[in-house]
Amino acid sequence: MFYREAGQFKKTYQADMAVFPILQDRIGLGIIVAVAALIIPFFGSHFFISTVMIPFLVFSLAAMGLNIVTGYTGLISLGTGAFMGVGAYACYKLTTYFPDVNLIIWIIASGVFSATIGALFGLPSLRIKGFYLAVATLAAQFFLEWCFVRVPWLFNYNASGAIEVPERTILGIAITGARADPTARYLVLLGIVVFMTWIASNILHGRVGRTFMAVRDMDIAAELMGIRLLPAKLLAFALSSFYCGVAGACMMFLWYGGGEASDAFNINQSFNILFMVIIGGLGSLIGCFLGAALLNIVPVALKFGLPSLGVPIGGATAEHINLLIVGGLIIFFLIVEPHGLARLWQITKQKLRTWPFPY
Amino acid sequence: MKPEKKIEPGEQLLSVENVTLRFGGVKAITDVSFDIRKGEVRAIIGPNGAGKTSMLNVINGFYHPQEGRITYRGETRAKMRPHVAATQGIARTFQNVALFKGMSTLDNIMVGRTLKMHKSFFWQLFRHGPAMDEEIEHRKFVEEIIDFLEIEHIRKVPVGKLPYGLQKRVELGRALAMEPELLLLDEPMAGMNLEEKEDMCRFILDTKEQYGTTIALIEHDMGVVMDLSDRVVVLEYGIKIADGTPEEVKSNQKVIDAYLGVAH
Repeated sequence: MFYREAGQFKKTYQADMAVFPILQDRIGLGIIVAVAALIIPFFGSHFFISTVMIPFLVFSLAAMGLNIVTGYTGLISLGTGAFMGVGAYACYKLTTYFPDVNLIIWIIASGVFSATIGALFGLPSLRIKGFYLAVATLAAQFFLEWCFVRVPWLFNYNASGAIEVPERTILGIAITGARADPTARYLVLLGIVVFMTWIASNILHGRVGRTFMAVRDMDIAAELMGIRLLPAKLLAFALSSFYCGVAGACMMFLWYGGGEASDAFNINQSFNILFMVIIGGLGSLIGCFLGAALLNIVPVALKFGLPSLGVPIGGATAEHINLLIVGGLIIFFLIVEPHGLARLWQITKQKLRTWPFPY
Repeated sequence: MKPEKKIEPGEQLLSVENVTLRFGGVKAITDVSFDIRKGEVRAIIGPNGAGKTSMLNVINGFYHPQEGRITYRGETRAKMRPHVAATQGIARTFQNVALFKGMSTLDNIMVGRTLKMHKSFFWQLFRHGPAMDEEIEHRKFVEEIIDFLEIEHIRKVPVGKLPYGLQKRVELGRALAMEPELLLLDEPMAGMNLEEKEDMCRFILDTKEQYGTTIALIEHDMGVVMDLSDRVVVLEYGIKIADGTPEEVKSNQKVIDAYLGVAH
């Protein structure tokens, strides 16, 4: 009843081309950002922030990266985990060489390294399509994973063989390392994610985004429109890896804080993110967040929510029930709407617009 | 980025000389020559499998003929990629609609403007300033095409959901957005009802008049071909059997034989 576009006339093309042309959508978005930036840091517990919100944001960013190449450009990639790793290790090297530079700059810059490597492994995409390309990107996954373990230079010859996150501060507040407060880490991460989402939305709604989608939907016709396929596909790979790299750096520095890093970037991670993108919705930015939420928040909620409700289950049982329920949910959502949660959300909005009338 | 040279109406825009195209042992096109003059509607007709679509594919660079030469705007070219043809002003539509199914009508036609958009990637990041100005400028042009083709009502509908006749029209719009010098239409009226065909004919003639576009057209509906085209070339089994005005072609015995069959 309140979700109506009636009376909102567009007088300029600029207004008509806005990402959120409906006023209510803009208000909703504002509320979400305000809750995330103002309410959660002050009222959310440290536990909630570090187990739910930080992983959710990191995975959203990674899913966004994969969505650019898989959802928007139609090239399946299974190297997401590895590209995230490249970002994490690049950030680690950069911050050890130049410890005085603001870490946020290095987190963003590490995306550049990841983008370069991503574009390199994207080269076969001109010749190979579909499942075969997925297999070709597996090469990236295995090769890079091997590098992470076998090239000690990457982890500064640590005895542990993993990234040991040093302490870095912004304005005197520790954002990484053991002393960092989850709220500080969360706010930095939120800033990065909001900024990167805005950029992604700009790119994908403009000429470059249309180029990607044209290549996805009908590459022959795209070429005929003057789009050169190789540069377009490489750009998609580079951009995608950039996002994955930043997500990887964020994951290592703002979430894990080192330690259990050795298998954070393996093939399971790639699949995990691919599932988020598929369930969330291919070719949709909102889908990245919805997919990441489903695969992150739901397990955590089940794990800690059920015992707190008084359901007597132990740790191992909870873990198993978790897998069962999440698996069931995935199947359920994919049957209800094969195009993912984003499409479901769109349909809901469409229905809301006309509610209470059917048309 | 069209070449500087201006070609007057009636002059030769494209010429195909002795083109032979083989797929392994199969000869799709054998020694075919014809030309297309600026400002005319040139029809390519022939029975199924005559090599008409292959001919279009040769013209815009999807296939590379084994023999023969193609001269476009006075330049003879060897192997060429389709995107180069696009930069030189050759656009086309496909026999089985090749739209970008996941995108709206508006976005589909906007893709046609890609070549005319030059603002750098840096500005694309922000979707403000020059990038936005450029976007609006091209949106205006696209809106003109949408007006021209009378598809205002489906502007924001994903093309996958549109009926076939409208899809064909959107595809024509996408080709027009490139402001082509030569427009190749591969069976623009296949599968349409009479009314839709009449609309499409009107659009084709209007295109020629309003934009001065040269059109090469493949079509099976003889009524349409004879009414629309200035000159007709007839192919059969990859060989050119006739070339001339619709009247000449209609009365050509070889053409009649090709279409009706001949007693051996």
